[in-house]
Amino acid sequence: MNAAWLPLTTLATSLFAAVIIFSLPEEARRVRTYINLLAAVAKILLVIVMVGRVSEGYEDTFSFQIVGGVDFVLRADALGVMFAGLSSLLWLCTTIYAIGYLEGAANRKRFFGFFSLCVTSTLGIALSGNLFTFLIFYEMLTLSTYPLVVHAGSAKALAAGRVYLRYTLTAGVVLLLGVVLLYSLTNDHSFASEQGLSPYLDDHRGLLTLIFALLVGGLAVKAAMVPLHGWLPRAMVAPAPVSALLHAVAVVKAGAFGILRVIYDLYGIELSVELGVTTVLAVAASITIIYGSLRAIAQEELKPRLAFSTISQVSYVVLGVSLFGPFGTIGALAHLLHQGLMKVTLFFCAGNYAEELGVHRLDEMDGAGKRMPLTSLAFTVGALGMIGLPPTAGFITKWYLGMGAIEADMYWVVAVLVASSTLNAIYFLPIVHRLWFREGPAHGKGQWPKEQPLGRLETHGWLLWPAVLTAVISIGAGLLAGLPFSPLDWATRVAVGEYLP
Amino acid sequence: MIWRFGLYDNTFDPLWMTDWAFAAVLLLPMVFGALGAVFRPSRLLPVALACLPILLAGGVMVLDYQQVGLLRWQWEVAGIELTLRLSGLSALMLLITQWTAAAVAVYTPGYLRLTLPNASVRWLWPLMGLLVSALSLIWLAADLLILYAALESMGLAAVGMLLLSGKSAALQAGMRYLLLALVGSLAFLLGVALLMSQWGTLDLIALEARVEPEPLTWVAAALIGAGLALKAALFPLHGWLTPVHENAWTPVSALHAALVIKASLYILMMLWGILLPETLFAPRLVAWLGMLAIVWGGLVAWRADSLKTLIASSTVGQLGYLMVAFPLVLGPNIAPLPLSLAWDGFWLHLMGHALAKAAMFMAAGNLIIATGESSLKALAGTSRRLPLSLLIFGMAAVTLMGLPPSAGFTAKWLLLQSMVLTQQWLAVAALLAGTLLTAAYVFRVFRYSFDETAPRHDYQPLAPGMDAVALCLAVAAFALGLLAHFPLGLLHGGGA
Repeated sequence: MNAAWLPLTTLATSLFAAVIIFSLPEEARRVRTYINLLAAVAKILLVIVMVGRVSEGYEDTFSFQIVGGVDFVLRADALGVMFAGLSSLLWLCTTIYAIGYLEGAANRKRFFGFFSLCVTSTLGIALSGNLFTFLIFYEMLTLSTYPLVVHAGSAKALAAGRVYLRYTLTAGVVLLLGVVLLYSLTNDHSFASEQGLSPYLDDHRGLLTLIFALLVGGLAVKAAMVPLHGWLPRAMVAPAPVSALLHAVAVVKAGAFGILRVIYDLYGIELSVELGVTTVLAVAASITIIYGSLRAIAQEELKPRLAFSTISQVSYVVLGVSLFGPFGTIGALAHLLHQGLMKVTLFFCAGNYAEELGVHRLDEMDGAGKRMPLTSLAFTVGALGMIGLPPTAGFITKWYLGMGAIEADMYWVVAVLVASSTLNAIYFLPIVHRLWFREGPAHGKGQWPKEQPLGRLETHGWLLWPAVLTAVISIGAGLLAGLPFSPLDWATRVAVGEYLP
Repeated sequence: MIWRFGLYDNTFDPLWMTDWAFAAVLLLPMVFGALGAVFRPSRLLPVALACLPILLAGGVMVLDYQQVGLLRWQWEVAGIELTLRLSGLSALMLLITQWTAAAVAVYTPGYLRLTLPNASVRWLWPLMGLLVSALSLIWLAADLLILYAALESMGLAAVGMLLLSGKSAALQAGMRYLLLALVGSLAFLLGVALLMSQWGTLDLIALEARVEPEPLTWVAAALIGAGLALKAALFPLHGWLTPVHENAWTPVSALHAALVIKASLYILMMLWGILLPETLFAPRLVAWLGMLAIVWGGLVAWRADSLKTLIASSTVGQLGYLMVAFPLVLGPNIAPLPLSLAWDGFWLHLMGHALAKAAMFMAAGNLIIATGESSLKALAGTSRRLPLSLLIFGMAAVTLMGLPPSAGFTAKWLLLQSMVLTQQWLAVAALLAGTLLTAAYVFRVFRYSFDETAPRHDYQPLAPGMDAVALCLAVAAFALGLLAHFPLGLLHGGGA
């Protein structure tokens, strides 16, 4: 039994939310909040239903024909539902956070409208059943995030928006070319097809490699792989919830997820290895991981440091994919989820410091742990997770990636992992040290740059609780990794599906 | 090729209801236009009510086409046979014309009320009626006489409308347009006369049967092509377009850019399909010019200081996409699949552009009314005060950029696929570069609008419905992209 309404409704909840928000007046703050939260909760419930359906073995599909030979397909398969689950969970947290963050700010209608559109696109990317549908939502994501990036309206924000568009639109064009070439070669090719593109290998080897390069090249821009990462640090001018969402889920993950789709569901792993593209990808990912970490160390401000850390971390996903083996795959998929949770926590915390204390630079953070203990605790959890220390979720993925590397006889990857963890420690531990062990304004030494008590607690509750929640979940994902429906369990399910058809 | 335009004999008699619908489609716009001159509606409702029967009649015709297939009307007047026919393509064009024109008509009262134009406003309605009738006739015409008459009345009505705003710049631009349009008509007429003298018929089907590839045919095709290219503002004959739009009233610009220039393009495609079947050189030349048009139109729009110049230049670039498709539709040795893809893409792009361009002109008109200025700089900070107009502008721009989910994207997809299959890599590059250029000039507008540091102005509030109408058109362009299967179904084959 095919429940075609399920993926469609899941997609439609945030689309409707966007339409309603756009049609409400700017002043309708309360109604907008209700709509936002209602849609976010409804989406989570729908995704839970989808998870149940997928674990029972259904793949609910909704499709209609756009033009001859090209269909619009939404399909709830295990990989898609995994990404959908991540984005809907983080959407709820980020929505709550954004409501608190933008309290009293201007242009909230525009913000939340495009925010909902952005989530619609992300969900669409997750549930796309073929490359054409994927392309539609991928471009929609570019368009709907632009107003969020330039939200502040300052000259710097507008310049960042311009850079962002230059990168992403060019990438979109490259991707479009790849998709058109692929469709001209093979017609409509569903992600659900078992076969992969191997039947075309003998006659079209060069073309297949070219298409792969175009597709992955287009996707790598959003995944911020070096040297296509230039937009990401600049996009840091956006408000904190936007950075959180862009970095943790929407944009960079859309790129990484797209690469997963291309390798697993379009080309098939065997074919990718046969073409030799995975090795190239592994090298590119390793360079990105090391380069991102090195640049992160050089940053003096918190948000840019997190941005370069994202560049580094997202490529773990790509690295895991290119390891060609079940452990690498599990590591990649689990990291997609884990990194999202941890990164969103870190950005929430960065936003809290900036809002409550006016802290933007690292040297201003001394002793913030005393002033904002819960935020700092959440930050510490995120930071430790990024380094990959147990019992956080980050440990699990690094473990699996390392196992995958050994299994694939790629020992240099292990070296990359070790180096990267060390670098992560170099740029995260000093922050943690500053937070807890240095004396600062909270101890009567000096003054916060711009302190404004936002609530009875250490900061506004709407800002605090999402950060705490995501931190708790990232620990939970590490501690309870063995339970069913944990990120690791689901990643294993997807990976087993890929390797044991 | 020619059967795609419904030029073949296999037809059924129209039902009696279709005859009435047919008469209504051709005559009612003029009747209501004349009434408009008398009553000068200043509210939206009477205009909408007047549009309703015309839209209904158009709907009836399309339904009949779906049930019966190709429809044909023939009369003999003074020894000359006049033929009209309703093919799938004409039905589709008719629908687009009627709905776009209806949207423009509904938009007009509010616009006129806010801009307080001069006394010549009463002529707007009859001219608009004449324009719509002439356009409908062009889509239906199956012989050169009717085609010429309709083209001429459309051109004159368009010139008249563009002159209405009464500014001296508008008069100058309008007179230049008139002159060029007359030159175009003369060239067209000369071509038709050559054909008539050589092959002795004006009927397109008979002409197709008799015409042979020989120098005279080529001269006639060149004359017709040049005349129509001038009227359609195909690069490099587009110089008159920008000044004309710069000074015209918004609804007039919208109608002109959306429909009038498309009619010339339609005729060009149809006649070249008859006169130059499977030729290499002429369509190839058009395609080369089209690539230049994409780049040139994009660059000019990028440098534009005024909103209307930007939109008008973007039309030049967008027509380039259609020109690039010429060799795929008309050229020799095109396999059936790429031909059919290009054919679909061509018309889908034309329709999507019509909807989006009309929506864009309206949105821009709203922005200009509200800010009181037409320059891009005046848009600074508008995103806070005029979000809806900007959103509509953006949605229309998505179609122009050819990004999903819009008709522009689906059309570009079809064209790209066709070009890849026929290995026209240069055309592929032009199309992709066009996307980026379009994005460059469109997002310039948004960069101004998102500026939060700009000083606050008082904005003129808009009349009700002005944004809503434009929004409907922009949404229609999106829907056309996602549901392209249905309109394209009409394009294929001769009918049921």
